[in-house]
Amino acid sequence: MEKIIALFEDPGVLQMIYIIVLMIFVGVEVIGHVPAVLHTPLMSGANAIHGVVIIGAILVMLNTGMENVPALVLGFLAVVLGTLNVVGGFVVTDRMLEMFKKKK
Amino acid sequence: MEHLLEIIYLIASLTFIIGLKRLGNPQTARRGNSIAAIGMGIAIAGTLLIYKPGHSGPVDPMIYVLILIAITIGTITGWITAKKVKMTAMPELVSMFNGMGGACAALIGLIEFPHNSGDPQSVAFIVAGMVIGSVSFSGSMIAWAKLNGTMNKAIRLPRYNILNTAIMAAIIFAAIYLVVAKVQDPVFLYILFGAAILYGILFVIPIGGADMPVVISLLNSFTGLAAAFGGFLYGNMVMLTGGILVGSAGTILTLAMCKAMNRPLKNVIFGAFGETAEGGSEITGSIKEMSVTDAAVLMNYSRSVVIVPGYGLAVAQAQHVIHELEQLLESKGVQVKYAVHPVAGRMPGHMNVLLAESNVDYDKLVEMDDINPEFKNTDVVLVVGANDVVNPAAHNDPSSPIFGMPILDVELAKHVIVNKRSMKPGYAGIENELFFHDNTSMLFGDAKAALTKLVSELKGL
Repeated sequence: MEKIIALFEDPGVLQMIYIIVLMIFVGVEVIGHVPAVLHTPLMSGANAIHGVVIIGAILVMLNTGMENVPALVLGFLAVVLGTLNVVGGFVVTDRMLEMFKKKK
Repeated sequence: MEHLLEIIYLIASLTFIIGLKRLGNPQTARRGNSIAAIGMGIAIAGTLLIYKPGHSGPVDPMIYVLILIAITIGTITGWITAKKVKMTAMPELVSMFNGMGGACAALIGLIEFPHNSGDPQSVAFIVAGMVIGSVSFSGSMIAWAKLNGTMNKAIRLPRYNILNTAIMAAIIFAAIYLVVAKVQDPVFLYILFGAAILYGILFVIPIGGADMPVVISLLNSFTGLAAAFGGFLYGNMVMLTGGILVGSAGTILTLAMCKAMNRPLKNVIFGAFGETAEGGSEITGSIKEMSVTDAAVLMNYSRSVVIVPGYGLAVAQAQHVIHELEQLLESKGVQVKYAVHPVAGRMPGHMNVLLAESNVDYDKLVEMDDINPEFKNTDVVLVVGANDVVNPAAHNDPSSPIFGMPILDVELAKHVIVNKRSMKPGYAGIENELFFHDNTSMLFGDAKAALTKLVSELKGL
């Protein structure tokens, strides 16, 4: 128990918990009142946003030395996959939404 | 300079929130998507240009070259795949891209483990991100295979619920052990990785095709969570906010989809549905078949027609023909509307996207709650390739597995014409008593072929 309370002494941890809690509410609010017609594009857009994991893959690469070949290979693969998620995700969402434009 | 990067991350996080908010409205959705994409772009560019690693010495220029090559490969492949995909194949593509993100998170965990193995806090984030990412990856791949028809049967191992729960418990237990016991040997992590991949497969395999959108949405929020754990690991705010945002938004979206199908999430994951025909009363009676000519005449002389599109329309690529039919009828003074069930097709909103592709006016697409009161004043309902969403058993047969699901009340219309390829049951695997009603006529045949004939018949009238 003391250990858990001790975790909160670190202001960084507390700050992160604030962010998590607030972000959860933002996520709930943002999706709350969306018409069903937009569920698929919305899922696809959210899918592209979690491609932000690519930042992690880039950080891995930047923190790895040239001598660590296995890590570089995996990191390279991670960046490729992350980019696929981001670019593919946004482009596919855009294609879906392109069709929603008003025609008169 | 490090502060500049933090500011960039803050801006990127804001674009994600604004983007997602705008995605919730048809008028602003496209712009919202672009805003989030721009935010993502500056976050990536900022990381590449500004970030300095903690260890001493500058980064080898070769590393930057490698990253740029990787980004180029990913961009070109992702762009081309997304541009070329057919509208009907969109759901499985979303699933595939989701899997890529999960795999990315899993790989980060695999690489980071060896040089963090002494620190329980980092290891906890690494293991959590890796396990969730792996489950999301293998699960999404199975969902992708199921949606594109490579794997179209739900496979159920004996006692799969117990088996899956046992594997999940073992994974959680092993993960906690790995953290608490400060295990240094990466082999344990590899075993855990393998177990998580296996769990993802076993988790999705028993779930039927009809529930796949819910599963993809769920795995989508998993990947968000995995990204968030990456954010914890690096103290990286944009990964944290983006990940948590998708995690929570994805969960709400999942629940919204479940609600539209009136299926508790628990049943989606643990219940057998989508393939078996358990439950549902036997239906007796006979069906009436109708010729294309009769259908054309009936529609020609009616005042109002409501079209109910379903997945059969998507499979047959009949979205353009149906639009032609609609315009033709309108030119003859018939009022035409589309009744779109929230889960018609394979993903919520799938039908809207598909019909929008063929330039159907957005205002003509009417949602279930708005169209249901209108059916009793409708002359003809044309059901194209839809089945479970118009099954009255949802209202009046408590033994039916879809009992309680909100449906389109097409049976209240004066005439119902059902276009189907055969009498085969829909995804829920149950008979549809609507087909046996007195005011229902069946128009058998491939949606595109049948509708094309209908259009040419109507032109001749």
